[in-house]
Amino acid sequence: MAVNYSAKEEADGHPSGGVGVPGGGAVGSGGGGGAVKTRKPDNTAFKQQRLPAWQPILTAGTVLPAFFIIGLIFIPIGIGIFVTSNNIREYEIDYTGTEPSSPCNKCLNVSWDSTPPCTCTINFTLEHSFESNVFMYYGLSNFYQNHRRYVKSRDDSQLNGDNSSLLNPSKECEPYRTNEDKPIAPCGAIANSMFNDTLELYRIDNDTRTPITLIKKGIAWWTDKNVKFRNPTGDGNNLTALFQGTTKPVNWPKPVYMLDSEPDNNGFINEDFIVWMRTAALPTFRKLYRLIERKNNLQPTLQAGNYSLDIAYNYPVHSFDGRKRMILSTISWMGGKNPFLGIAYITVGSICFFLGVVLLIIHHKYGNRNTSADIPN
Amino acid sequence: MADPIRWARYRWQRLISAEGRESSSSNSSSKCHQSSKTTGKHRIVIPCLGHFKEEYEKVSKLYMNNKIRTTKYTLLNFLPRNLFEQFHRVANLYFLFLVVLNWVPLVEAFQKEITMLPLVGVLTIIAVKDGLEDYSRYKMDKQINNLLTKVYSRKEKKYIDECWKNVNVGDFVRLSRNEIIPADMVLLYSSDLDGICYIETAGLDGETNLKQRQVVKGYAEQVSEIDPEEFSSRIECESPNNNLSRFRGFVEHSNKDRVALSKENLLLRGCTVRNTEAVVGIVVYAGHETKAMLNNNGPHYKRSKLERKVNTDILWCVLLLILMCLTGAIGHGIWLTRYSEIPFINIPKPDGKSVPPVLAGFYMFWTMIILLQVLIPVSLYVSIEIVKLGQIYLIQNDIDFYHEKTDSTIQCRALNIAEDLGQIQYIFSDKTGTLTENKMVFRRCSIAGQEYCHEENAKRLESYQDMDSEHEDSVDCQCGSSTHMSKWQRHSCRAVCEPLNRKSLNQLSGSYPAFIRENGAGGGPHSGHMAFSSPIETDVIPDTQLLEKFSQISFHSYQQSEEASSKLTLETMYITDFFLALAICNTVVVSVPHQPRQKMRLSSLGRMPIKSLEDIRQMFQRLSVRRLSSSPLPSVKESSSESPNSFVRKLSIFRMKLASPALDGAAQRAGEPHNTDSPENSQVPQELDMVNGAGCEPNSAVSSIELSPLPKLCYEAESPDEAALVHAARAYKCVLQSRTPDQVTVDFAGLGSLTFQLLHILPFDSLRKRMSVVVRHPISNKVVVYTKGADSVMMDLLRTASEACTNNSEIEEKIKERTQQHLDDYARRGLRTLCIAKKVMSDAEYAEWLNHHFLAETSIDNREKLLLESATRLETELTLLGATGIEDRLQEGVPDTIQALRKAGIKIWMLTGDKRETAVNIAYACKLLEPDDRIFSLKSQSRDVCALVMSKILEDIQKNASAKKKPSQKLGNVFTSPSTQTPGFSAGLVIDGRTLEHVLHDSLQSIFLELTEKCRAVVCCQATPLQKSVLVKLVRSKLKAVTLAVGDGANDVSMIQVADTGVGISGQEGMQAVMASDFAISQFRHLRKLLLVHGHWCYTRLANMVLYYFYKNVTYVNLLFWYQFFCGFSGTSMTDYWILILFNLLFTSVPPIIYGVLDKDVSAEILMQLPQLYMMSQKSVAYVPSTLWITLLDAFYQSLVCFFVPYFTYYDSDIDILSFGNPINTAALFTILFHLLIECKSVTWIHTVVIVGSILFYFIFTLAFGATCKTHNPRSNSYWIMEKHITDPVFYLVFLLTTCVALLPRYFLRVLQGTLFPSPLLRAKHLDRLTLEGQTEAIKRWKDECDVNDRGESQATSVSFSSAAGAVSEEETIDSVLPTSKTPFQACSRDGLVEDTSSLLDIQDDSGSTNDLNSKKTEFLNLSKETNTDTFGGINSCAKVSACASEVGSSAVSPADKAGLNSLLCEEDALVCFTKLEC
Repeated sequence: MAVNYSAKEEADGHPSGGVGVPGGGAVGSGGGGGAVKTRKPDNTAFKQQRLPAWQPILTAGTVLPAFFIIGLIFIPIGIGIFVTSNNIREYEIDYTGTEPSSPCNKCLNVSWDSTPPCTCTINFTLEHSFESNVFMYYGLSNFYQNHRRYVKSRDDSQLNGDNSSLLNPSKECEPYRTNEDKPIAPCGAIANSMFNDTLELYRIDNDTRTPITLIKKGIAWWTDKNVKFRNPTGDGNNLTALFQGTTKPVNWPKPVYMLDSEPDNNGFINEDFIVWMRTAALPTFRKLYRLIERKNNLQPTLQAGNYSLDIAYNYPVHSFDGRKRMILSTISWMGGKNPFLGIAYITVGSICFFLGVVLLIIHHKYGNRNTSADIPN
Repeated sequence: MADPIRWARYRWQRLISAEGRESSSSNSSSKCHQSSKTTGKHRIVIPCLGHFKEEYEKVSKLYMNNKIRTTKYTLLNFLPRNLFEQFHRVANLYFLFLVVLNWVPLVEAFQKEITMLPLVGVLTIIAVKDGLEDYSRYKMDKQINNLLTKVYSRKEKKYIDECWKNVNVGDFVRLSRNEIIPADMVLLYSSDLDGICYIETAGLDGETNLKQRQVVKGYAEQVSEIDPEEFSSRIECESPNNNLSRFRGFVEHSNKDRVALSKENLLLRGCTVRNTEAVVGIVVYAGHETKAMLNNNGPHYKRSKLERKVNTDILWCVLLLILMCLTGAIGHGIWLTRYSEIPFINIPKPDGKSVPPVLAGFYMFWTMIILLQVLIPVSLYVSIEIVKLGQIYLIQNDIDFYHEKTDSTIQCRALNIAEDLGQIQYIFSDKTGTLTENKMVFRRCSIAGQEYCHEENAKRLESYQDMDSEHEDSVDCQCGSSTHMSKWQRHSCRAVCEPLNRKSLNQLSGSYPAFIRENGAGGGPHSGHMAFSSPIETDVIPDTQLLEKFSQISFHSYQQSEEASSKLTLETMYITDFFLALAICNTVVVSVPHQPRQKMRLSSLGRMPIKSLEDIRQMFQRLSVRRLSSSPLPSVKESSSESPNSFVRKLSIFRMKLASPALDGAAQRAGEPHNTDSPENSQVPQELDMVNGAGCEPNSAVSSIELSPLPKLCYEAESPDEAALVHAARAYKCVLQSRTPDQVTVDFAGLGSLTFQLLHILPFDSLRKRMSVVVRHPISNKVVVYTKGADSVMMDLLRTASEACTNNSEIEEKIKERTQQHLDDYARRGLRTLCIAKKVMSDAEYAEWLNHHFLAETSIDNREKLLLESATRLETELTLLGATGIEDRLQEGVPDTIQALRKAGIKIWMLTGDKRETAVNIAYACKLLEPDDRIFSLKSQSRDVCALVMSKILEDIQKNASAKKKPSQKLGNVFTSPSTQTPGFSAGLVIDGRTLEHVLHDSLQSIFLELTEKCRAVVCCQATPLQKSVLVKLVRSKLKAVTLAVGDGANDVSMIQVADTGVGISGQEGMQAVMASDFAISQFRHLRKLLLVHGHWCYTRLANMVLYYFYKNVTYVNLLFWYQFFCGFSGTSMTDYWILILFNLLFTSVPPIIYGVLDKDVSAEILMQLPQLYMMSQKSVAYVPSTLWITLLDAFYQSLVCFFVPYFTYYDSDIDILSFGNPINTAALFTILFHLLIECKSVTWIHTVVIVGSILFYFIFTLAFGATCKTHNPRSNSYWIMEKHITDPVFYLVFLLTTCVALLPRYFLRVLQGTLFPSPLLRAKHLDRLTLEGQTEAIKRWKDECDVNDRGESQATSVSFSSAAGAVSEEETIDSVLPTSKTPFQACSRDGLVEDTSSLLDIQDDSGSTNDLNSKKTEFLNLSKETNTDTFGGINSCAKVSACASEVGSSAVSPADKAGLNSLLCEEDALVCFTKLEC
């Protein structure tokens, strides 16, 4: 092969063979019987594009069963989900206090760190009793926790207990990275804007207010609590010492190591804090606040009757037209109350069933001609 | 980098423009061009010796030395330059733009590093690839530069070893056998006695045959080797250029004598010296200035139609992206204004202030661009490339393209236009060698007006034909009817030559020409382009009648005939001259298969009866000649392919030996010692041993030849025609014995051996269409010119009656007339015709001419023109001897292929250099034209008339078409099937080269194109290569049609390069066409599968994949877009960035590629049988503009579903961002993959593996990622999300519902489409399902449907024409009284020609009905004068109509003879209009 042309061939992607240089070996003549090497392509199914293939032909006749099957599967699922969802008890109170009549109206323009906190009490009545464990949520609306720059304004290393990040938080936390030359722990906008209302629930039974035990542990993901969030490590377990050199977020009344009295729910591993740090996907969201466990099998968790909700109103949402809610809900295997999924399944199943019928008609009217491959004219 | 925007625009334009050419391709050559410009028009080469030394120092500085560097990069500039080149790609630029954008803090959407990921990945991969490629180039360069060669050293006064890189212009280089030529040099010495050197140019053009090169005139005579010290001449030649077939210059001796240099004197770099012991040359071009390097342009890039469309659609995507980003920007601004004060969720700037909404919106625009970047499917380009590679791989591996005889299969040389094969609308085909086999078989001849039809020969050919078709594929075929001898040879050659061919061709090609040539009958890619002659061509059985006359020829009678001119002897003289012309007037090289030379001499001596002293002299002379001719390299075949126009000029040997008569010179030569060639003698046994070593039986081979009665001579011709003629002459015992540059020996049966001194050869060129040899006749000792050429030109050059003063003039006139008849007859039979003529000159005349000619030869600038003039001066006043008819048989399967391609809606044009009749007949034979087509023949002399005629034809066609429409509607056949889309009314157009010239003029182009659009087939005859390419260009640019050009020879190269898709047929005419082509096939019939099956597949696959890609990206990106409505248009992504980026790169990239490579909508068998299906891809049904929008609409819908089902499910719940994104992402993955499954027409295990693999990979990746990333990615921390989800039933419920709802509409619509409005493709797919029997039946039914359709229309035709027939019925009855034969008809039309010099049109109106197919009755209806004047008189008053006799009556016309009818129409410039009706 020509020495000059090597470059061209490479670029061509055709090493030798292309330009008529004898590429193969000898064709064995009668006497030799050597290996025959020709340019003949291999006669394999792949190279000849004869791989056995499933060739779905989408005609009414062939897909009919599929539609009916989908319909038959979806409708029961939908009904199941719907029923489950309907069985969930849910109760919701909006305590923002925008209406003048609301007890919390007075607290509407509260600021982050007003001391003493503005408190208000809302009474409500549960029509039905809540049989199983009850989850107590706080809900916020028009709160864009998913804002791009809000979402990233945190330092996961710091929250994971990394000591260097504790004192030198990530730049992402700006402008909530340092305050008065001291690093903020936990830094960032998310932590800074942590929900800090306190909600207490009382059962009013013949004018007696019985506090309902609200469990504040077990509301965060196990992995968050145990792996992702960690307090800084150091000598001793004194959180105050460990957070030495840092300062509290601007809006917080207390430093992070004073979030709770229990040591295993304090600092970064405070579950309220962890729950808050898991930023919500949508501007209207709820976050788990407390658990109300069912005591025994004889009594429902929350009986039908009157209750009152005591609120230490600290969190200002009025400035951005936000709403605050308290939600009591039982949950099922599929989470909270959500009629959408069940209805959607039923609808889709019905549509499939209907389409199946349409196809059946079509198949009977026009289907035959395809089997014989006739030309429709 | 300074002006990125302009740069980007420029790159976009390049990307979009069809002619986008990689700039990198011609880096090295452009450099050379620059440097060559500086050296002025001519270059002067002088040796670095003696008194030239000073000038040498001055001049040679300007020239490059022989060091080459083909690398693009050096170690230092690799990184910047590679990056620079990579950023020439828009895709990379786009990435870069995004990366830069992401570094702007206000805009940044992703983490900076992540955006760089795709860019860095792509850049690294390509940089590594480029680097490796360049390194191997560097190594190769180094190796080449350090090759050793012998260069004359001034110091040591001898040739010393020197590296190639140190060779300079002006150096003397001495090369031995089998050495590679290091630079372009002028040949100054060859060890060959005739001053010939043989080179193999495989490195340049892939042709392994040997070419002759000649020592510069004046140096050839030197017996001893040239001494560089004594070389005192200077060489002046043109500046370096890349034209391999041209070299002009002269040598100026110290005494100011100039000797012309041509390319015959130039040894090209990269070629190998063969069969010549030693050569010496002086370097004229070195290094990058050599012709080989200048030709090294790298691959050419074409952009397919589909790709152009994709580019425009990508622009739509850009628009969409901008729209979406604008929405985001405005939305963000509005969102911000809703807040009276800064909400704490909107983080203020460090200074505590917030950005004003408008500015924030502006920033957001750019953020959105980063976020939604995937909308521009950059990965599409990469995927398209990969898919194309896969498609090409499959095409190359198709076993159906394998041609057993030549052991060759398809070569895809262009990698990126496979899908264009599916969109071809026009095919431009060469005739010779493309449609035909290019195996020339001598069929008939006419001498002195007497025809010899060679019946026996015809019978023999019949049997060959049968045999060929029977044993097409069997290896051991062709023993049947060939003679015993050829059978022998076939076996022996199979034993010997195949190993030779493959293994040791290089060493042995010269020594065993016979074997190789025999093998070459199969035409292997390496041996096939040598002039081969299979038995079918060589064995001509003489005509008995002619043989009889031949036997009367004797030396005595010949001499008599010179003097007396009786009728008989005159005829004998004609016959003698005719066969002498056949044997001499060519450039055939004779070779003798190698055998021990002594033996041959003995045998030849023994056989020769020694009669007289004269005979002995002749014998000696023959011996000497044989020695010469059979010495170093007998097998020389000049390829015809180096230059389109003057392919023969290579051999043109200009000799100036005027004085000495042939015999004297020969005798002198005979006196020389015979044994100068002893090295050759000793070589022979060695070579035989080698053959032995190859494991064969050489003895049998050799002995078989020795056994043969005559020494087996092998003829190596430039064109198969020549070989056929020489073989024909040989059959009449007029054997061309040898040919050297200055003499030709012919062994003439009755006359003994005649040696002609070869005075001059005027080679063939396509302009003159003839060639001539000037010889000195040994008997009469006169200068005789033998000319052979196309009858169109030859007839004008004959001596006319007035010029000839002899009494023969009458006879000559009669001969001319009768020969013309025979020629017409030959043409009608589809034979290639050649006229043979001669001219006797006096010495004085010749000398005068020669003087002129010599002047023309030595001029540098105007040489071509002067040579042409000089040739014209010689070739006048010729005497016609006769004519030959050579058959060029159609290739196997050509008619079927053409028919199928026509059914596929492809218009086929035949562009040929042959004459009209031959072309039309071949067109009929290959079913390009059909008997019931209406043929319009365009033949005009002036442009205006041409325009008129064309508009008239158009009118005519339209009239017919509209007349036909009505009845067909009445029939109630409302066809929707594609088969009916071909116009039921079919017209053909025949146009010749001269008319083409007018037609191609700007003003007529549009009407011509309009006309051709109406015609189903166009035949262009007598077209030059340039016209061919202009035509292709015209159709391509004006009609915006996708064109394919197919050809096999050098004259097709320009056409192949111009067309969208160029197909080369690796036939007998060298590799030029193949080298220029995009696809190279070995047989025309392969085109059928290539287009109908692979073209269709490639197109539909790629189109569907592209659409899928658009769908995929839009669907996925829109998910993010919808989310913006719920995050304040802040640019948040609900999916982890890593997964976002990798989703396109990893999880969903492989299935579409597999889909693009392997999807199969209809099986190959069905596609082959139903060519109508091709129209689906041809009309881009899979990818019409609306499909993009439907696809995008579907994408929008699906993304809406994918987003909002999870949205409503998780509304007002405690879900966090990434947990929300996860089911969306997963649902999108399933939707996108299952969408592919719906679109897939065939699902193989590969599809299954890939799709399942993608899903698994996604889960594995997300699980692994979720398990490990707890802190390292603060902005998208999907820690443990997937883990949590896979245990959550709602997750499954959500993505099940989402997937179903998203895909339901498309699925349902596909089902409806499949049931209610199945496309032809879908129906064809049903056929696959059927059993074999059912399938054939269904296909038959389908075809019938089409036929019925056709018939319906043709019935309509008959209706419209029956009225016409009725109108002329009166004339019919009158005319039928005068049944005339064809001859009077022609005479009549000739009369018409004489009368009407201004009528320039010739229309044949051939329309037929197939009412009764069995009846072969033919009627010629001559339309009356009135009709004609009605039709044409109005528009062209000067065009008179010649009404001709019509033949009315019945004659059995066999389908083959139908073609004959057409010759009727081809009369010069007469307006003939007649109708043929088949009843």
